[in-house]
Amino acid sequence: MRNEQGLFRHWLSGQVDWSAMLEQDTPAATTAAAEAVPYHPHHDMASARRAIRCGQRAYTVLAIVLCLIFSAFMLLTVANLPSYGSDSAPTVNEVAERYVEKGTEETGAVNTVAGMILDYRAFDTLGESFVLFTAMCAVTMLMNAPGKRRVRKLDYEVLDYYQDPIIRTVCKLVIPIILMFGIYILLNGHLSPGGGFSGGAIMASALIIYALVWGGERASRAIPAKALRIIVLCALGFYACSKTYSFFTGANHLHSIISPGTPGRILSAGLILPLNVAVGFVVCCTMYSFYMYFRRGEL
Amino acid sequence: MEKLFTHLLENYEACVAVVLFVIGLCMLLFDRNLLKKVIGLDIMDTGTFLLLADRGYIAGRSVPIVTDGVTDMANYINPIPAGLVLTGIVVSVSVSALMLSLTVRIYKKYHTLDMDALYLMMSDRRKGGRV
Amino acid sequence: MMTIFRLILLTGLIVCAAATALTKKPMQAVIIYMAYSVIMSVVWIMLESPDLGITEAAVGAGITSLLLFLTLRRLNLIDRDEEHRKHEEESLREHAASHAGQKEEDGHA
Repeated sequence: MRNEQGLFRHWLSGQVDWSAMLEQDTPAATTAAAEAVPYHPHHDMASARRAIRCGQRAYTVLAIVLCLIFSAFMLLTVANLPSYGSDSAPTVNEVAERYVEKGTEETGAVNTVAGMILDYRAFDTLGESFVLFTAMCAVTMLMNAPGKRRVRKLDYEVLDYYQDPIIRTVCKLVIPIILMFGIYILLNGHLSPGGGFSGGAIMASALIIYALVWGGERASRAIPAKALRIIVLCALGFYACSKTYSFFTGANHLHSIISPGTPGRILSAGLILPLNVAVGFVVCCTMYSFYMYFRRGEL
Repeated sequence: MEKLFTHLLENYEACVAVVLFVIGLCMLLFDRNLLKKVIGLDIMDTGTFLLLADRGYIAGRSVPIVTDGVTDMANYINPIPAGLVLTGIVVSVSVSALMLSLTVRIYKKYHTLDMDALYLMMSDRRKGGRV
Repeated sequence: MMTIFRLILLTGLIVCAAATALTKKPMQAVIIYMAYSVIMSVVWIMLESPDLGITEAAVGAGITSLLLFLTLRRLNLIDRDEEHRKHEEESLREHAASHAGQKEEDGHA
């Protein structure tokens, strides 16, 4: 049986092919006779150290070469791109023109970006919401430790911030304002910059400040874990159902009850406003639960 | 050659995006700390986003929000890269949250974030099984 | 004028990214990464994409840095002093030495 460093050196000099190594790694290849043989390194410590140093040097050289090749290729590509800020670039094609010129009329959204990501390319955003949901599930699985206070309290750390009058008063003033700002951005996603993602993140930051100051236990009593999960699932289900309806009627030229409305009004743009709210809730709950899992291992 | 170089200077923002990407890649390749590797991946992400947003910019035009009912393409920049990057930013956050939780798990098991020490301990463990 | 401002911002981006790569302490790297994200959000406003600016300021500078800080706190890496680090390096070296010694013993056996 070969030592790993020796193997690496052999591989560097091209004497080992990867297919044989892969076969070696499969459990079927290790027979009982091979296991009975005790572990014998081929060489003494000095040569092993030399091999390790050699391997590290080879890694550094290869990595530098890789970086140089990467940057050279990318700079070459940049040198052949159309010049910065030109209006005749091939990216400004009929698709972008259609989105800008017909977007307001067809979707009812004044903000073309919101109209694009929540109407023309709504399935893209649905997939992204599911990416967030999947990340939340994965973080839950990796960080979940209910009931165990694994985070050691540091002695310089003040854990009851809410007893400090300055922090308490400022937070009582600031949290509603941040929450309202987030809701404003969320609801005005089709009229002004913003929308579900940024509004949801700002709302989540308000909740995070609450949990930070008043402590995890009180926050998890105020916002129970079950409510968070139900909100996320309802938002995702509503998004999927409403977009399925709108794509179904749109593709089959059926009459749809959703109308774009008057562009510029707050209650316009058909499905974009409720979809923004759904995406905002998903983002808000996901970010808040990221915080809670990283902070105390449970919601 | 000279023409290429002047063109590179014209596209200075794309060059900056390339530099950011390469810095992130160097952090991924050379830094031993797992946490710094996560930050490096985030920097790589933002480099890519900067390149995309830079391609959508058109000089002298404004934000693609229809004002005063003017829906002529000559007034607005390209909205497509903005939408793509908006999607990408949120995905990059969920990716980094996932990797940070993996980092926490690794630290709990091996009590180090150094890649070399991790390799050493992992090979220890494997050989311990074999011998 | 705007071009100069843009150049300053882009230089700041590169400097922040390089400083993040070169600092040794994770805590400093996280703080510099936060500054990097804030500069990035201003760059996006300059590129006429305020949607991206708001999202980056809330998500990149806010949530990502917060998660990085929380990770540091969980791992107790905040304000770790030099002595502690030296101690850890020593224990690491001891571990490596015992590993090597074990290997030699195996070789003799």
